[in-house]
Amino acid sequence: MSIKIAGVGKRFADFVALESIDLDIATGELTALLGPSGGGKSTLLRIIAGLEVADSGSVEIEGVNATGLPAQKRNVGFVFQHYAAFRHLTVAGNVGFGLKVRKRPRKEIAARVQELLELVHLSQFADRLPAQLSGGQRQRMALARALAIEPSVLLLDEPFGALDANVRKELRAWLRRLHDEVHVTTVFVTHDQEEALDVADRIVVINQGRIEQVGPPDELYDHPTSEFVMSFLGPVTMLNGHLVRPHDLEIETHPFDNAHRGRIERFNRVGFEVRLHVRLTEDETAPPALVTLTRAEATAKALDTGVPVWIRPVAGASQVRITAPAPTSAESLDLSPADSVPQPTFT
Amino acid sequence: MHDTAAHRVTRWALRLIVIGYLLFLVIWPVALVAAKTFSNGLAPVIDALRQPEVIFAFQLTLSAAFWAVVINTIFGVGISLLLVRYTFPGRRALNAMVDLPLSVSPVVVGLALVLVYSGRTGWLGQSLEQAGLQVIYAPPGIIMATAFVSLPLVIRELVPVLHEIGTEQEQAARSLGASGLQTFVRITLPAIKWGLIYGVVLSLARSLGEFGAVKIVSGGVAMRTQTATLLVEERYQQFGVVNSITAYTAAFILALIAVIALIIITSLRPRRETSQ
Amino acid sequence: MTPSPGTVEEAQQPVPTPPAGAATNAGGLGDRHRLRRAKSATSLTPISGLGLGIALIWFSLLVLIPLTAVLVQASAAGWSAYWDALSSPQTLAALRLTIGTAVLVTAVNVVMGTAIAWVLVRDQFRGKRLLEVVIDIPFALPTIVAGLVLLSLYGASSPLGVNWANTRVAVFLAFLFVTLPFIVRTVQPVLLELEHEVEEAAASLGASRLTTFRLVILPSLAPAITSGAALSFCRAISEYGSLVLLSGNLPYSTEVASVRIMSSIEGDKLTEAAAVASILLVVALIVIVVLDVISRRVARYA
Repeated sequence: MSIKIAGVGKRFADFVALESIDLDIATGELTALLGPSGGGKSTLLRIIAGLEVADSGSVEIEGVNATGLPAQKRNVGFVFQHYAAFRHLTVAGNVGFGLKVRKRPRKEIAARVQELLELVHLSQFADRLPAQLSGGQRQRMALARALAIEPSVLLLDEPFGALDANVRKELRAWLRRLHDEVHVTTVFVTHDQEEALDVADRIVVINQGRIEQVGPPDELYDHPTSEFVMSFLGPVTMLNGHLVRPHDLEIETHPFDNAHRGRIERFNRVGFEVRLHVRLTEDETAPPALVTLTRAEATAKALDTGVPVWIRPVAGASQVRITAPAPTSAESLDLSPADSVPQPTFT
Repeated sequence: MHDTAAHRVTRWALRLIVIGYLLFLVIWPVALVAAKTFSNGLAPVIDALRQPEVIFAFQLTLSAAFWAVVINTIFGVGISLLLVRYTFPGRRALNAMVDLPLSVSPVVVGLALVLVYSGRTGWLGQSLEQAGLQVIYAPPGIIMATAFVSLPLVIRELVPVLHEIGTEQEQAARSLGASGLQTFVRITLPAIKWGLIYGVVLSLARSLGEFGAVKIVSGGVAMRTQTATLLVEERYQQFGVVNSITAYTAAFILALIAVIALIIITSLRPRRETSQ
Repeated sequence: MTPSPGTVEEAQQPVPTPPAGAATNAGGLGDRHRLRRAKSATSLTPISGLGLGIALIWFSLLVLIPLTAVLVQASAAGWSAYWDALSSPQTLAALRLTIGTAVLVTAVNVVMGTAIAWVLVRDQFRGKRLLEVVIDIPFALPTIVAGLVLLSLYGASSPLGVNWANTRVAVFLAFLFVTLPFIVRTVQPVLLELEHEVEEAAASLGASRLTTFRLVILPSLAPAITSGAALSFCRAISEYGSLVLLSGNLPYSTEVASVRIMSSIEGDKLTEAAAVASILLVVALIVIVVLDVISRRVARYA
């Protein structure tokens, strides 16, 4: 185990940020701490880095008890959301900072900086100031700076959060490739479930200071153990007292086994995808169920507004039983991404 | 971050050094002046304030400061608008030049004004004198000296504010049919109001306290061209308890005005977070 | 965005000067990036052109022509007379004392001003807001009153039992008093805007607090400290009012440049006065240029 977290708790005044967290992170693994903002994931990352002191519990890094160690003695690489670039230093100066502090010979620093700048594709910018770089370039510089000290673990706090959507996608694919090359134990914090599913080997879902579920991305997506994880990791809709993914619903214009009867209330095409609101006959007062399918399927089945239909979950669809009345409706799922249930984006 | 004992010691040491430094340089001396003013009770202070020379000096100071502030306000608003909203050759030079009066010694200011406006030898002063306008050793000179030293204060406050508000609101007003004057009065002026008030209070405080430049251009004749600061100097250098108390009283009132201006300014300034 | 040095927009607010009245954070180095954003200037209209004309006439009558008159007067009698005026032993002594003390005071301000700004921004204690006001008192206080204030603690009737009136210590104290706010007020806003994360980044890279201060914080503050130091130096060499009562103005001992100018004026030796004044003016101009250069350099980092 590269990082061993045991019983870590933290409160700020009367706000409980973390409640007795236990977590092991394996060497060489790329782990995502995923959850809504204010859920405690950044606090946990900062405690691992030594930038925040836990009220209770212990942190072990590479077999060394790091609980009482200050940040500068932990040998962790930390990447901040807003880059935290040293503005007065050049790109090379930024990357070489940790080595300079360690009083390495100048030649060695120069060679290592050169190597890292190549790794992050910034060689031609070595003598620029951070102000002359784009956001994505700055973040790659920050990454090279963190890697320069050959950290035992690399920690990234919402590393792509300040970037444009396109750059963000590009950079996360690049991070994945970089990790496959460098193999340093990496933990990154994100509130974007797509980012976590795309990049991580393992996802730790954190909500309200507690770990909700830990596992590989597919397992979490397919077998969520709670309503929260289910709805946080992907789109959901309500059918028969269960949460189910809208693309896991079969739809026909004729009755079939165990299918629920309804009527298409709204037909909305978004690019290749068709989103249907189905008002169920059995309970007209319930919010309509959301069904997504491809345009080709919708055309083949001649679906349109007002058409009577029958729907049921496909075999093996992930479902979570709703225990409390969830504040979800097809409306909020479809149109308001910032609703009380964290909303995945259909991109 | 980890806060070790060493860090706490450093923090306390730094705090004590800073407070001690300010105590000996500012707090204690200022407190002593207040104490000295009232060392013989309130009666001598009131007597001092009843002297015609003192009343005259404060009246002269106030009226000179008033006119200097009026001139600086009109000039300051105009120059600020020109510097921010228009491009013209030499804008950058003008922008740097308007700060010049802050860096020039008051004595040099006085000398400069005498060289140009002296009725005896001045470049322009002789013609002005013949036209019946005496500048040096008269109130116009005092007003000019005061206006000179406080000239940049309004501009320095307005320029950042004008940059900040941008032109979108003004353009919106124009597109809705407002004239240039209406746009200025209804849109620009309300937006720069606090910056302007702030600049005016600053100018006023600076104007009331000007000493060196005024000393040269006014001649400092009691009951004619002696301002409050000149009175402090004159009375302090004369012998006797009454003169000394008068000097301290005038100084105390000037200091009081300065501190009140300071408090007004501090409360006007949108409070910036001074801690993490 | 990539800064493009040399555009007019960047030249908008070149001097990060705290006002000479009371202090302020606005217009400091920290505000520069905001200033550069507004790109809205238009060329002159007839009315604004007229306004510019009137403003320039007034500015010339009040500032430019009189200051030119000083330089003209100084050079009126030729170079040799100019040098004679400057190289008289009494003037030389005054200039030496003024510049020497100003350098010393500026050095003290670099250390103490930074320390005060640090405590005001980073420390947390009761009465901190009072200190904020105390810092500004030297700005707001009339200089003649400042002299009286210092006399009360360091003069003949000092409760400390010292009597530094009419000594060079008095000159030093007076300079120290009137220049107190400059570095504090230029450094404070920059320190406030310094991201905390930058220090955390340095710590995670292995830097101790002292190393972080030396390699990260101090270089970030350097332009602000330099601006404050330039202003403080400029203010010190031009100081007059606070010395009148305090220093005794003894030739060869406590007489500073501005006092020397004053006594020349009083002796009706205007050329001599103008010669010394020209030195002060040139220093003021150099300071303005230095500040402009600094603020342009800082814009590169924004």
